[in-house]
Amino acid sequence: MNFDYTDEQNMLRDSIAKWAAGQYDFDKRRAALASEDAWKTNWATFAELGLLAAPLPEEFGGLGGGAIDISVVTEEFGKALVVEPYVPTVVLGGGALNYAGSAAQKEEHLNAIAAGERIIAFAQAEPKSRWTLHDVSTTAKKDGAGYVLNGHKAVILGAPQADHLLVSARTAGGQRDAKGISLFLVPKNAHGISTRDYPTMDGSRAAEVYFENVSVGAANLIGDADNALALIERIVDEANAAYNHEAVGCMRMMTSSTQEYAKQRKQFGKAIAEFQVIQHRLVDMFMASEESYSMALRATIKLSESDAERAKAVSAAKVSIGQHGRFVGQAAVQIHGGMGVTDEMRVGHYFKRVTMIDATFGNVDTHLKRYTALGAKAA
Amino acid sequence: MDLNFSAEELAFRDEVRAFIEANYPKHLKGKVLREDLSKEDFLAWHKILGKKGWSAPAWPVEYGGTGWTATQRYIWLEENARGETIPPLPFGVSMVGPVIYTFGTPEQKQRFLPGILSGDVWWAQGYSEPGAGSDLASLKTRAVREGDHYIVNGQKTWTTLGQHADWGFFLVRTDTNAKQQEGISFLLIDMKSPGVTVRPIKLLDGGYEVNDVFLENVKVPVDQRIYEENKGWTCAKFLLAHERAGIAGVARSKRNVERLKSIAKAEIGDDGKPLIEDEDFQRKLSQLEIDLSALEMTELRVLARESAGKGPGPESSLLKIKGTEIQQRLTELTLEAVGNYAQPYPRGLGSNEFPVGPDYAGAAAPIYFNWRKASIYGGSNEIQRNIIAKMVLGL
Repeated sequence: MNFDYTDEQNMLRDSIAKWAAGQYDFDKRRAALASEDAWKTNWATFAELGLLAAPLPEEFGGLGGGAIDISVVTEEFGKALVVEPYVPTVVLGGGALNYAGSAAQKEEHLNAIAAGERIIAFAQAEPKSRWTLHDVSTTAKKDGAGYVLNGHKAVILGAPQADHLLVSARTAGGQRDAKGISLFLVPKNAHGISTRDYPTMDGSRAAEVYFENVSVGAANLIGDADNALALIERIVDEANAAYNHEAVGCMRMMTSSTQEYAKQRKQFGKAIAEFQVIQHRLVDMFMASEESYSMALRATIKLSESDAERAKAVSAAKVSIGQHGRFVGQAAVQIHGGMGVTDEMRVGHYFKRVTMIDATFGNVDTHLKRYTALGAKAA
Repeated sequence: MDLNFSAEELAFRDEVRAFIEANYPKHLKGKVLREDLSKEDFLAWHKILGKKGWSAPAWPVEYGGTGWTATQRYIWLEENARGETIPPLPFGVSMVGPVIYTFGTPEQKQRFLPGILSGDVWWAQGYSEPGAGSDLASLKTRAVREGDHYIVNGQKTWTTLGQHADWGFFLVRTDTNAKQQEGISFLLIDMKSPGVTVRPIKLLDGGYEVNDVFLENVKVPVDQRIYEENKGWTCAKFLLAHERAGIAGVARSKRNVERLKSIAKAEIGDDGKPLIEDEDFQRKLSQLEIDLSALEMTELRVLARESAGKGPGPESSLLKIKGTEIQQRLTELTLEAVGNYAQPYPRGLGSNEFPVGPDYAGAAAPIYFNWRKASIYGGSNEIQRNIIAKMVLGL
């Protein structure tokens, strides 16, 4: 066993922390959120720092790292409350291309991702699909050598910034059939695609995406037609693993900043950290953060195991982190008292971010069910 | 003992229900986000009730109350929740009003009570300070007597909806040498007085619901002090007990359970069936209903005690803790119910542009975030537990 990060991974962590302290502090972040294209500057920096290239294969402009490298990036992003669409582009887009793309597709897109010149959003969820990955109503009908896409994709994270969309669409079967789903990578400016952009609860951006008779070629298909579900499950597990680490970063910051606040805030003639009820709550927050990190790490390490092992570990972590994130967020706000519910305190923004992550690709209940179902299958 | 309504009570319920249906402004039905309401929206129902004589049911009849029994008042709250009305704000009717009719002079009663009943005067609370939250008695805002008036200096905070207020009730320190609780006075201050500055505070849900209030050499006539000088803490304690009694919000929570059920019927769960048929969800909903029943029954017992003339006591802290916990759990469960459509955030859009997704989804996240305040305000739930430990259990 070895729980050590490599020197390169430690350097990666330090470089992000340094950038965030200088260029992404609370006020600069707030200004960036209010601006239409401040994210472009940050994205260029991500490319310079090698964050986009980190997990991608070396032959296509990457640095040949893996899931641990991603976890280092997202944990730091969690601490800094980064809202740029890193996971959609690198983990979901990059993952799909890396695992199933043709040599030509990899050549074209992975190099561009690594260089910061390609932003991808995963157009997967639909208005009535909730978080069920095989619930797909959007259709891709065969049309000569290519396909025609029609449908409505809901709450697509990063779609406002994206130049390409990774789209799940039904090429065969019924709405909730596991078979018959295909993946396409489509330029967002393709004829027939329209979007409605909006902010999300944590200050990120998302969009409703509408496909109306969008013609794509066979070259836009990623992997085999009809059989994309296993690939989708895999990249979504990897995305959840990355988001878990981001939530851990948020929890660690809430835990430490709430401790600091409790030491400074005086009521009844002493620091509120001296009250046992507050101490125990701070201890529970600390324990929740540590367990969350354990579960996040466990899932990240198991990403390379069998599909079933990977899925169980990710769902287990998602359950744990969803529950702990809610507890830590609520406790952090509570101990900050009235200040905790103000927009000016960072703690509320971490609370919103962990709430957002819980509602991304399945919440606690969804993953508790999935874990249970996987256990039943294994037994 | 009997939990059923009598024939008279049922007739009363029908009368109230019919009145609400006939008179509640149609354009306000279903508005749930406070930040979307204008001052006029907040006051609309209050003013209608003022004309009818129903704006302050709990007040003694001689001051404009209705003389309803505890059961009738319970029915009244139920029916208002059922009609999803915007109730009269608590600051006048439930907070300063009872202080004035209990501790005020005849002149003060005559001067201030009518405006509270009619809804013509909007009241705000000046209690907490940046350094005095849970430890309210450590407040520092200073009032110095100069002839027939006080000069007030200091800062108050968390003044809910103070941006609309005409008048405020303030706790100020009039004796810096006395023991903390014994040097405080209760002042009514015209918010238009020179030296009063109100600054809205942006909350994490993106809205503006509370304010800082700065008082700089504000001149306040002595006849705007309620009760004796340095005896303001008596008024404050009385008011806090009143505030807690209404804080359980049972009727509203019952209504929100119904709202949640209708959302769960419209939403599709993980297995492709309506969410309302999902066993995990059903269990959480049942647990919530059971806990709400326990709260309701306890509140009815407290109400019965109160109408027997025993007044709200420290046990109202129990209602505050359990009531706010249930309110918060309801917001959590609603957030879970709407799934990924909880993510789009209406605060970032013009109100005309919403909704993204189903129309019930947009408010779920802001309400969830906003209601974290409930376990903090009115004396945090930690402080309420201290009160029960000390006052009820004698620990």
